[in-house]
Amino acid sequence: MQQVFKRPQSLKDVQTHFCPGCHHGTVHRLVADALDHFGVQERTIGVASVGCSVFLYGYFDIDVVEAPHGRAPAVATGVKRAKPESFVFTYQGDGDLAAIGTAEIIHAANRGEDITVIFVNNTTYGMTGGQMAPTTLVGQKTSTSPYGRNKAKDGSPIRMAELLAQLGGVAFSARVAVDSPKHLMEAKKQIREAFRFQAEGKGFSFVEVLSSCPTNWGASPLAANARIAEEMIPYFPLGVFKNEENP
Amino acid sequence: MSKRLFVKGNEAAAMGAIEAGCRYYFGYPITPQSDIPEYLSRELPKLSGEFIQAESEVAAINMLLGASACGVRAMTSSSSPGISLKQEGISYMAGAELPGVIINISRSGPGLGGIDASQSDYFQSVKGGGHGGYRIPVLAPNSVQEMYDLTMHAFDLADIYRTPVMLLGDSVIGQMKEALVPNTRTVRELPEKGWAVRGKGGAEQRVVKSLFLGDGELEAHNWHLHAKYQVMKEKECLSEEHETSDATLLVAAFGSTARIAHTAVAMAREAGLKVGLFRPVTLFPFPEQALSKAAGRAGRVLVMELNTGQMVDDVRLSVGAGVQVFFYGRPPGAGSLPSPEELFEVIKKHYHQAAQ
Repeated sequence: MQQVFKRPQSLKDVQTHFCPGCHHGTVHRLVADALDHFGVQERTIGVASVGCSVFLYGYFDIDVVEAPHGRAPAVATGVKRAKPESFVFTYQGDGDLAAIGTAEIIHAANRGEDITVIFVNNTTYGMTGGQMAPTTLVGQKTSTSPYGRNKAKDGSPIRMAELLAQLGGVAFSARVAVDSPKHLMEAKKQIREAFRFQAEGKGFSFVEVLSSCPTNWGASPLAANARIAEEMIPYFPLGVFKNEENP
Repeated sequence: MSKRLFVKGNEAAAMGAIEAGCRYYFGYPITPQSDIPEYLSRELPKLSGEFIQAESEVAAINMLLGASACGVRAMTSSSSPGISLKQEGISYMAGAELPGVIINISRSGPGLGGIDASQSDYFQSVKGGGHGGYRIPVLAPNSVQEMYDLTMHAFDLADIYRTPVMLLGDSVIGQMKEALVPNTRTVRELPEKGWAVRGKGGAEQRVVKSLFLGDGELEAHNWHLHAKYQVMKEKECLSEEHETSDATLLVAAFGSTARIAHTAVAMAREAGLKVGLFRPVTLFPFPEQALSKAAGRAGRVLVMELNTGQMVDDVRLSVGAGVQVFFYGRPPGAGSLPSPEELFEVIKKHYHQAAQ
């Protein structure tokens, strides 16, 4: 019998702590797959952020630096400048990247740091119990927007992939989702593409991944998965917003 | 003989960093320390180093964290309000046991305060500064020469103890120009950086982190850090004494104040008063034993600071109950820097008052 599907070498053979139906495990796998594809596991330094994904080092078999909340792009900048031969990526949630770390992501992107940023957007703060995030949809109820996000008072959700695509230092910016086999294959392709930009020294690359958080959305894994297509994609369109090779 | 240069204290610190092998600097402009990033933005590219003017103080300290995690010597510098912003990163570095040098050419506060020479950040520097109950070594230069020498020393301490180290000066020391002999670095035996991330290359995974969630893990980590601080207290205290052997009044001051007090003490000696000067060079670890001895001999200590009383607490904790402690403070601000004559008057007052 032939084995046609196996664990990427860059992932450890361990169980994750993620909730049932959470997409972090899926995104971890796609990232590990891309590391394997380019054969860079042995020279990769991952930068973990604060949130559910802080345990990156527990699942990836790579060297990891843990960053303070929102600061992963600054930490990754220091790593890449000190070791330009290394392959550096950050893995950040929406509260981390689009709220407390807004300055760090914008300026690392604008400097064109030769790093890759994986941005997991699930429209909520997962680790702290489902509070309103900068990406929470208008009307979405969270533990700190119990009446629903109010556009007049809370503003509109931020579209990071489009926003970063405006910056001169960004070589690649895309948004993908992992809610269906079709989207998953596309996500795999675009994450590889982002990593290829770094592998070829072409500058800052960014992939936003629309993901679910069933626990904090108060939904079953299946209902949460369905919400991505029904509510998130209409506001956060999928696509490539910048590709320096193909402007 | 080494050549002599005529440079600013800030430039001397930047030169000391380069001599110490630092090739990575991350900073943000703030008065009165901007000569440091300006100097390094010019010199580091020539040495194949990296200079980044960061988007914020917060980003700068985190770039330092990232570079340091790779095992290279790296530095940032700022002034008081900027150092407040860096406290998050300093705490993470202390927790993750990352070396790094932070220069604070401090200014007056609270808040935006002013740019005048100040020693108001003593507590913030020596008592941890950020969250989580850590300590970092703090060095207080009083000359351009020490800005250079102690910066080099700071890098060694950082590597030996795997800790951020702060150099605490102010505009008097940073902006003053005087002669500098740029001695070459004394090479000390330094530990291997077997903890640094490098891309695992087929070896064991390395992780630089400050999160410890396992049962008892964080408690053990805190005791481990505490034990390190105890070793620093035993081995790394630095202080300087001047005319203390027969003194019946000991003046205690650090940094810029110690420099002014030095002249005031000379004036007192000229006037026949038996006054000496004790200058802590390391503020953490605080030179308790040396101070206790000198203060025990004199019986009286007069602490002088550019604030309303901070180091005086550590002085009280260091000296025995039989030693009288006086305090003279000048909270910082324009026109508040005391002259040697003013300090001499204060010395005279306490000298005679207490002798009654």
